[in-house]
Amino acid sequence: MITLLESRTVNKRFGGLQALTDVSLKIHRGEVYGLIGPNGAGKTTFFNVLTGAYPIDGGEFVMNGAELPVGKPHRIVAHGIARTFQNIRLFRELTALENVMAGHHIRTSAGVWGILAQSRAAREEERLVTERALEILDYVGIGRHADTVARNLSYGDQRRLEIARALATEPQLLALDEPAAGMNATETAGLRALIETIRADGVTVLLIEHDVKLIMGLCDRVAVLDFGKKIAEGTPAEVQRDPGVIRAYLGDHRAH
Amino acid sequence: METLLQQTLNGLVAGSIYALVALGYTMVYGILGLINFAHGEIVMVGALVALQTILFLSSAVPGLPPLVLLLAGVVVAVPACMALGYLIERIGYRRLRNAPRLAPLITAIGVSFLLQTLAMIIWGREFHVFPQLIDTAPMQPVAGVVVSPMQIFTIVVAFTLMGGLMLLVNKSRLGRAMRATAENHRVAGLMGINANGVIAATFIIGSGLAALAGVLFASNYAIAHYSMGFTPGLKAFTAAVLGGIGNLPGAMVGGLVLGLVESFGAGYIEHLSFGFLNSSYQDIFAFMILGAVLIFRPSGLLGERVADRA
Amino acid sequence: MTSTSTTLPRPPGFSLDLRLQQPLLIVLAAAAPLVALAFGASWVRVLDFALLYVLLAIGLNLVVGFAGLLDLGYIAFYAVGAYTWAFLASPHFGIHLPFWIVLPLGAAFAALAGIMLGFPTLRLRGDYLAIVTLGFGEIIRIFMNNLNQPINITNGPQGIDMIDPLTIAGIDLSRNLDLFGMQVPSLVLYYYAFLGAVVLALVLVRRLQISRVGRAWAAIREDELAAKAIGIDTRMMKLLAFALGATFGGVSGGLFAAFQGFVSPESFSLMESIVVLTMIVLGGMGNLAGVVFGAIVLTALPELLRHFAVPLQVALFGKTLLDPEVLRMLLLSLAMILMMLWRPAGLLPARTRYAHREGRKA
Repeated sequence: MITLLESRTVNKRFGGLQALTDVSLKIHRGEVYGLIGPNGAGKTTFFNVLTGAYPIDGGEFVMNGAELPVGKPHRIVAHGIARTFQNIRLFRELTALENVMAGHHIRTSAGVWGILAQSRAAREEERLVTERALEILDYVGIGRHADTVARNLSYGDQRRLEIARALATEPQLLALDEPAAGMNATETAGLRALIETIRADGVTVLLIEHDVKLIMGLCDRVAVLDFGKKIAEGTPAEVQRDPGVIRAYLGDHRAH
Repeated sequence: METLLQQTLNGLVAGSIYALVALGYTMVYGILGLINFAHGEIVMVGALVALQTILFLSSAVPGLPPLVLLLAGVVVAVPACMALGYLIERIGYRRLRNAPRLAPLITAIGVSFLLQTLAMIIWGREFHVFPQLIDTAPMQPVAGVVVSPMQIFTIVVAFTLMGGLMLLVNKSRLGRAMRATAENHRVAGLMGINANGVIAATFIIGSGLAALAGVLFASNYAIAHYSMGFTPGLKAFTAAVLGGIGNLPGAMVGGLVLGLVESFGAGYIEHLSFGFLNSSYQDIFAFMILGAVLIFRPSGLLGERVADRA
Repeated sequence: MTSTSTTLPRPPGFSLDLRLQQPLLIVLAAAAPLVALAFGASWVRVLDFALLYVLLAIGLNLVVGFAGLLDLGYIAFYAVGAYTWAFLASPHFGIHLPFWIVLPLGAAFAALAGIMLGFPTLRLRGDYLAIVTLGFGEIIRIFMNNLNQPINITNGPQGIDMIDPLTIAGIDLSRNLDLFGMQVPSLVLYYYAFLGAVVLALVLVRRLQISRVGRAWAAIREDELAAKAIGIDTRMMKLLAFALGATFGGVSGGLFAAFQGFVSPESFSLMESIVVLTMIVLGGMGNLAGVVFGAIVLTALPELLRHFAVPLQVALFGKTLLDPEVLRMLLLSLAMILMMLWRPAGLLPARTRYAHREGRKA
């Protein structure tokens, strides 16, 4: 098992509230790693700290053996981490294709002068980016909507587009924040298939999800957060049997 | 020492007017997150409506005592500006509450210029002399400091109003509703607070204060003019940022500090710049302060952070 | 800032076939000064100014329309370009440098001013940027007004005159040109020079718009947090927008100084910034065709008002109730408000983005 990302005693406070306390975990290359826990357990906060949206208050993230820069979202993307948002955040007035092409920003290099002069390199890069973006749209299954403005896409397709945009940054780790939220059963099944394809293609997936069935079916390993602390880690089956977890989280669901 | 005291006093007078205007900016920003560019123009409208009232009354009923005239001017100008503030919110901003951020901002600029133009149409381009109903001539110097009744009046009125506003916000039902709405519109709505009403009230109160500030400003400098609101408006905004935008005590502190800085700055700028700059640069202090605050302490003196996290 | 839920769909048949549209526009643009000449030289002058405003609006649109940053002090960059030209090509300092040095220098200074202004403010919320840029515009104006003592740099409110005209390839554009026995008036010469600048600007800005950089700007405009999350260095990109937008301001300022032969602080008031902003609001932020349209309409407006509104008022009321200047301000401010309330995407909304449909069926 090669460790792709490791968090070491990560802490985050909001005023008096300790949102994350010494969260340490290791994500292996090529796995789907689930992060679960009741509402307010600190899952999204963990994402936000990991991706540099919030400054970290203690601890560190190590990716491929190198410490990640702190509080610089764009540089963290350069290190190979891409994310989606719980409440979809697309560039709503841009087309699906433009959204994905924007995602290529960090992996392309055309500068102002090259663009103004339409240098051969700039034109070639633009052509490649267009081609690649169309491929990614096909890959997530919304290729036929390439020229549709993002806000006009159906909810499920918007989720897919957000994943496509994240994939365009060529991540090693794809962090999905509740991708199945608000989806119906068919859409969720499609999403599951997509995530499995993504994993099969060598991208490691970090998944926050409330849909227990999805987590159990998809994840290789799962960590459980409760009140900002990791209370369990292991295979879905192990975690499911963990008494602490049942008390904190799964118990709620079984009660239904 | 005497100039020091004198400049402190002058700064306090200007500063207390800035503070009154800054309160309006900060209240609206606190609740809507909108810079109401048109707020400075309310100051102007207040001054000109008061002037019109005073001129009308003094020709219609000769011999009225000056204080009554001034009071009458205020009694007409304040409700007029309150109504104007309400209309601006209702017509200009309410529809745009969920629009992209640039839209209400551009509307606000449009409203500001519309008010200036309308004032230009009604009152012309000329500078009007604002009657000195309270004496602006200095009284007997005290400890070498020259002070006029108008200056004392200004400071007293401004501080009384600020105190009253603090009471209103902290003690009254409306104040509680305002604070709740500032925290979160939707939740406040769920708690049974009429967010639209509260927002309208905020505009109305802010505009009333601005009208009074306009009357005080015009009385102190004996002048009223269609574009007189712009610079004080900008400075008051700076004051609000300086104190921490969205924060009421901050706006007051910011206003006073800005007034003092300007007053001292104008006095010493020639020395500080080795004669290169003179007092005609007084107006750039506000902007320099604004820039410095935004760079070094964007949360202002008393406020929360404003840097864009979202 | 096309991100609005109330964008109206473009009515079908509204746009001409692109293949027809372009030659038509070229012919129209080329013939315009000759047609205008028939109505009097002053109309050619209006056209010249319209082109300068188009250039300004293209630059401001890059900042406001593409990147979504509200700059209310844009005219300051225009001033920097104009004063650079005035300093370096006039008897004021006795320096007379050729345009190919002065114009790039003015552009560079303007860009530098843009970076200096943008650097401290770009991590703040957009509305602060608006106020700070507004303040910056005022500061520049105050300096222009007062830097005539103790050392006379700007000549204060009187401004600087007798500025060198634009001279390209030995042709002095301020004089009528004798072309095979035909007299081409100076105003027409300037028109074609400015038209060249505008066309070049349009080509360059269009290239930026549909590039990696333009997409990054659009991303920032639509959702800054998401833009960061896909690896866009938002501060850098905003700074770039600011610098490039300022460059256009600087170039048009230089051309303005040469054309006018005279600069004074009065030409660079806040009102001018607002006018340029209204141009892009009216035409449609982010949309180049709309911006050009807005700039032309609003430059022509005061002239039209002078020629039509005044006689109309006299005919109706027997006197001029509202002079053209007031009427113009009234219309501008109303345009800004009403456009935002009812047609935030402008009269010609941007929906002409590049679509890659080749070989793909929707």
